[in-house]
Amino acid sequence: MGGWLLQAFNGLSLGSILLMISLGLAFSFGLMKVINMAHGEFIMLGAYVTYVFQNNFATMLGGLDLGLWFLISIPVAFIVTGLLGILLEISLIRFLYGRPLDTLLATWGVGLVLQQATRSIFGAPNVQVVSPAWLSGGFMILDITLPYKRLFIIAVVLVAIAVIYIHLNYTASGRRLRAVMQNREMASCLGVASRQVDATTFGLGAGLAGVAGCVLTLIGPIGPSIGTHYIVDAFMVVVLGGTGGLVGTVLAAFLIGIANTSLEFATTATLAKVLVFGLIIAFLQWRPSGLVVQTAR
Amino acid sequence: MLQVEQLQAYYDDSRILNDVSLTVPDNQVVCLLGRNGVGKTTFMKTVMGVVKARHGMIKLSGEDITTYSTSQRARAGIGYVPQGRGIFPYLTVYENLLMGFEATPKRQVEADILEEMYHLFPVLKTMQKRVAGTLSGGQQQQLAIARALVGRPKLLLLDEPTEGIQPSIMLEIEEVIISLQAHSNITILVVEQFLDFALAIADYFYIMETGVIVEQGPIANFNDDLAKLYLAV
Repeated sequence: MGGWLLQAFNGLSLGSILLMISLGLAFSFGLMKVINMAHGEFIMLGAYVTYVFQNNFATMLGGLDLGLWFLISIPVAFIVTGLLGILLEISLIRFLYGRPLDTLLATWGVGLVLQQATRSIFGAPNVQVVSPAWLSGGFMILDITLPYKRLFIIAVVLVAIAVIYIHLNYTASGRRLRAVMQNREMASCLGVASRQVDATTFGLGAGLAGVAGCVLTLIGPIGPSIGTHYIVDAFMVVVLGGTGGLVGTVLAAFLIGIANTSLEFATTATLAKVLVFGLIIAFLQWRPSGLVVQTAR
Repeated sequence: MLQVEQLQAYYDDSRILNDVSLTVPDNQVVCLLGRNGVGKTTFMKTVMGVVKARHGMIKLSGEDITTYSTSQRARAGIGYVPQGRGIFPYLTVYENLLMGFEATPKRQVEADILEEMYHLFPVLKTMQKRVAGTLSGGQQQQLAIARALVGRPKLLLLDEPTEGIQPSIMLEIEEVIISLQAHSNITILVVEQFLDFALAIADYFYIMETGVIVEQGPIANFNDDLAKLYLAV
């Protein structure tokens, strides 16, 4: 019983991490069709923003252990990476719309530049972010321990999804975003400045990557190339989820998470990864547009 | 209201509009007629800024808007109902209508304007919560017209409002346009293939052939000879 519960929890936990790293990509790739290879680097930047924030403001905000600084660093990471995302969209991406291959190469280049810049500023070795004291330990249930850090990540993901959902469906700016993505020309004909919407949408995606980076500091050290570990997984989630919206991304993240941990339980870590990858390819052969597809004429 | 002079527009290197000049006086309905493929829709798109003018001038109530972007033109007071209606398929009917407020200065939702639209097109009220992509063609057309009107445009561009629509809805749209003209000061430029509809609503006509205006005059001067010469297929 305890074993199964642990498996389920691990699946959920992995799913929430996958979802965290893919939410931003669901905007830039899922909605805007921009193949943003620098997405991993935005995650990395979010993590470094947290690191810098810790070094400069933790003492001021009641010390490392209190962790107030960490809570504040989440929106800070969102804003900093979001602004960088807007800058990237205005200076580069907007000139490459409709040219996926060029976008892929250009953003990959941007990713390399960001990696090297980080290496030059902070050095190549990994750096450590100290987790708040109240996140160490875990919640005991049926002889197993659910680490608070993992529970915290699940909570952050849930909050992020709720905020995105409300933004998209109940605000004027969310409505503009959906209108532009559905019919760009018509949106302009109604007076929407669609370029501005593009920039903010891309910025939103980058900001969410930053939040992911911030949260990832809880589960391990961070280094300049941390983004490259996550970029493939993130694309896998968004492609499997389909471009129909958030629902697909959420489903895909938890499906992959649960499949991965259960197969790992039954076989080995490497084999599980291979099997999951194979299953996704097989599924996409059957339904190339992913799990959730928008249907209307 | 609208003054277009010597307008030229191209798709790549082929010239679609060749020195088109056209005037739409205040509070009048002007109809642009012509066979398929002569450039009527391109003309509308060029007025809206979706297709860039390569030469010529577009003035809206005296203001030169030739260099304006599409969204600036919308905010300057042009409402556009494109061919094929251009509704947002995954937005609800209500949300589609709200998008019309984007062209207003404050971009704020005004309930009384919405009520007015529901009064003009009652079917939209009953379908408020429906996803717009599931509406019939005629309902989508009504939605597109209402959405454009929500922005309180000075000039309304209608591109083939009767295309693919059942006769009863066509009549409804005709009545709405006639009542709009009577009760509010709105100016309309309409491209139309369906002659009876055009004759019923228009004050003045232009006929276009391969990118040039070949005939124009008050609608009373329109006759069967012109129809045979320029419109018969």
